[in-house]
Amino acid sequence: MSSPPKGGHYRSTSVVSGFSRTVPGAAYLLAPLVVVFAIFGHGFATLPNLLNIGVQSSILLLLSLPMTLVIMTEGIDLSMGAVLSLCGVVMATLLTKEKGLAAGLLAALGVGTAFGVANGVLVVGLGLPPFVATLGTLGIAQGVALVLTGGQSVVGIGDTLPALYAREPLGVPFAIWSATAAFVVFRFALTRTRFVSYASAIGGNREALVLAGVPANLYHVAVYALGGFMAGAAALLLTGRISSGHPTAAIGMEFDAVAAVIVGGTSFERGKGSLGGTLVGVLTIGVLKNGLNLLDVSSSLQVASIGVLVVVALVIDSVLKR
Amino acid sequence: MKAVAYRLIAVALIGAALTLATDVFFTPANLLNVLRQASLTFLIASGLTLTILTAGLDLSVGANVGLSACLAATVMKSTDSIALGAVAGLGFGVLVGVLNGLMITLLKLPPFIATYGMLWTLNGVTYWFMGGETIHGFSPGFRQLGSGYWLGVPVPIYVMAVFLVAGGIVTRYTTFGHEVYAIGANREAARLSGVPVRARLNLVYMLSGAMAGLAAIVYLARLNSAEADIGEPLTLPAIAAVLIGGTSLFGGSGSLTGTLIGALTLTLVVNGMNLLAVDANWQPLVTGVIVILSVWIDVITRQRAEAKA
Repeated sequence: MSSPPKGGHYRSTSVVSGFSRTVPGAAYLLAPLVVVFAIFGHGFATLPNLLNIGVQSSILLLLSLPMTLVIMTEGIDLSMGAVLSLCGVVMATLLTKEKGLAAGLLAALGVGTAFGVANGVLVVGLGLPPFVATLGTLGIAQGVALVLTGGQSVVGIGDTLPALYAREPLGVPFAIWSATAAFVVFRFALTRTRFVSYASAIGGNREALVLAGVPANLYHVAVYALGGFMAGAAALLLTGRISSGHPTAAIGMEFDAVAAVIVGGTSFERGKGSLGGTLVGVLTIGVLKNGLNLLDVSSSLQVASIGVLVVVALVIDSVLKR
Repeated sequence: MKAVAYRLIAVALIGAALTLATDVFFTPANLLNVLRQASLTFLIASGLTLTILTAGLDLSVGANVGLSACLAATVMKSTDSIALGAVAGLGFGVLVGVLNGLMITLLKLPPFIATYGMLWTLNGVTYWFMGGETIHGFSPGFRQLGSGYWLGVPVPIYVMAVFLVAGGIVTRYTTFGHEVYAIGANREAARLSGVPVRARLNLVYMLSGAMAGLAAIVYLARLNSAEADIGEPLTLPAIAAVLIGGTSLFGGSGSLTGTLIGALTLTLVVNGMNLLAVDANWQPLVTGVIVILSVWIDVITRQRAEAKA
């Protein structure tokens, strides 16, 4: 194997946004996982099950896309799961009061974005380390959700959202359409507007960005705001799926998102990463959970298996780098 | 020292406010209860303090306490031996610490990611292992460790005192202690001056795991029951205790005494909320705000120090 040329740390737009030059460790994991489950998992390789994997992965993708950008800035957002739960509670509460789906969605997006902006201000404005700042807002979001609901589920949200969630245009479930739309927006629109390369440069070479006259702080806050916004958007799928709101419904989902991003090859240093890699990471986690489910492995061990997956992916990556 | 004084004044002010606001606060029973609770938080937070002194973090302490307690409980019940149960809990705590250390020094993962992954992995294993069961009812002799009194003072307070003194001596007067601070202050400089950084970090995360295992046993003796979710509410308060105590997240400055004061402050706030009949659902919110404020103070203090230098 030839070593990369000197100056290989420089990243052009196409490299940052597309599949990274080196295939992420996840790809080496995804292929054998699919083969193993196809052989041993009863009903794994059927169209309904594959669509099911897509549906199960859709919320995770909505969180993992902005998480990729956050991690590219050498940050992290641990509050996403708690904020998503809170947004779901807010949306469900408005739906039980028959305020309409649009109002519910707007409120969820608003609450999510507010938390995202707060994270951004704490990290960029006040200079707090991202993991503690967002650990603090995690506690706040969880607390607000618990206080609003008294720790109970919000039920009786009517039929509009569950009916929308159950729709399958062209035979493809609504959740997959939503996730696909989100990926297209991130992969193409945000990449074309240089948003993704700025996020990468904030982590990789902030100085150069500032010298080039880019308002780096503003973009940095926007990256966190986008994370909150997407948590609000994901609340639509979450609430549709469980037909209710629950204050701890998505607690811990930020870990799956961080895992998908790491497994997808995004590194915590120097803004290296790719949205395509994250998609592979999300699908790897989706396949792993689904396959283990078919093999009757308990859902608790599925959670634990993601931790193992991350370590295995990192070991593969470090072996490939040698 | 000035910082410690400020924090003690804060503790005194919260105490005074609660004495005025409630009849129950300033009673020996409640004060000892607060101290016992703070002692448990201190035990969990003490190893965590060491990791933060090295500019790292151990987010897995709460989950480690949870699974170690469940393992210790299971072994105690099936072998009828307190000693074997304690060895199992402590041993597992150490194992988790060793794995954390290896992820950080060998796989070069940022500590918060490695230990955060460990948190969720341990949670998953705990729920699988317990399968929704609760193990309760331990021998009175064992329960003394958590609920008993000696000379009118709850036993966990003695355990805390032992580790406060031992930890204080180790961090202040031993080469290992100085190396911990040196790694946190400037890792590269520490390495160049001959500190075996990776070996020390492995030891620090192992100690953090060991303290979580020890806390698990005291906690188990206090609760007299073990179920899958007991570790979950412990992480955020432990981190809050360290940060309130003035240990800097950026590494290299702080102390175990500070962490004890931090644990005391947080316990007073929670105790006050209970006495004032505030809905327990507010606790994560209040803890979250306290965490953010403490880190903010940390950042400002650091910026001022840099401006002076």
